[in-house]
Amino acid sequence: MTEATVTKPRPRPKHLDVARIRLPLPGIVSILHRVSGAGLFLLLPFLLCLLDKSLSPTSFDDFATLVAHPLVKLLLLGLLWAYLHHFCAGIRFLLLDVNKGLDLPCARKSSYAVLAVSLALTAVAGVKLW
Amino acid sequence: MVNRHAVGAHYGLKDWLVQRATAVYMALFTLAFVVRLLCMPAFEPLIWQATWLELFASPFVRFFSFLFVLSLCYHAWIGVRDIWMDYVKPVGVRLALHLITLFLLIGYAGWAVHILWR
Repeated sequence: MTEATVTKPRPRPKHLDVARIRLPLPGIVSILHRVSGAGLFLLLPFLLCLLDKSLSPTSFDDFATLVAHPLVKLLLLGLLWAYLHHFCAGIRFLLLDVNKGLDLPCARKSSYAVLAVSLALTAVAGVKLW
Repeated sequence: MVNRHAVGAHYGLKDWLVQRATAVYMALFTLAFVVRLLCMPAFEPLIWQATWLELFASPFVRFFSFLFVLSLCYHAWIGVRDIWMDYVKPVGVRLALHLITLFLLIGYAGWAVHILWR
């Protein structure tokens, strides 16, 4: 500790500098897993509110007008992507847990597949929603 | 050489397992629910509402949906707590965030019960 206060500050090494880190593909999938999970957690009350309205005979009209709003649709599409990415990346992590696809080429391919499949499914569902 | 024993609360392995068990349940529920949704009519509020209400009137759907919500809350608790542990260093702030997360998730579970068994 005392040594650190005496020496003048040096630039942070690359592996500690968030702005300079270039994540490999599996790393991107991993951080997006965290980001999508956090987003789903933050918007959980909104989703529960939608479910509440949709299942109440008196406020179903509120639900219908709410989900018809373009901004809400956009938000739901974002949440849908978050869910699908979390789903696909989660399955990949479960497979890694049981030692499936641990070698680097395979891990890269499966990361790519997670990104592609979740985006494709979001697109398909998005088309159906609109 | 110092003979050190790593002694902790031993919740690491349990949480790791619960996170995966809840994930598997939620994944299976999602697949089953999507299949069920695909059998629903296209979104035309009047027709759709009746089918939707009927779907959630089933005791089985309520039961498995409730399990889904419980899994979700437990899963989210472990995940969000890990995020706070990774990025929030001051103990007081971290404790406060943990408690807020915990109370929110317990509240959401209660809200879900109210929604499902109205």
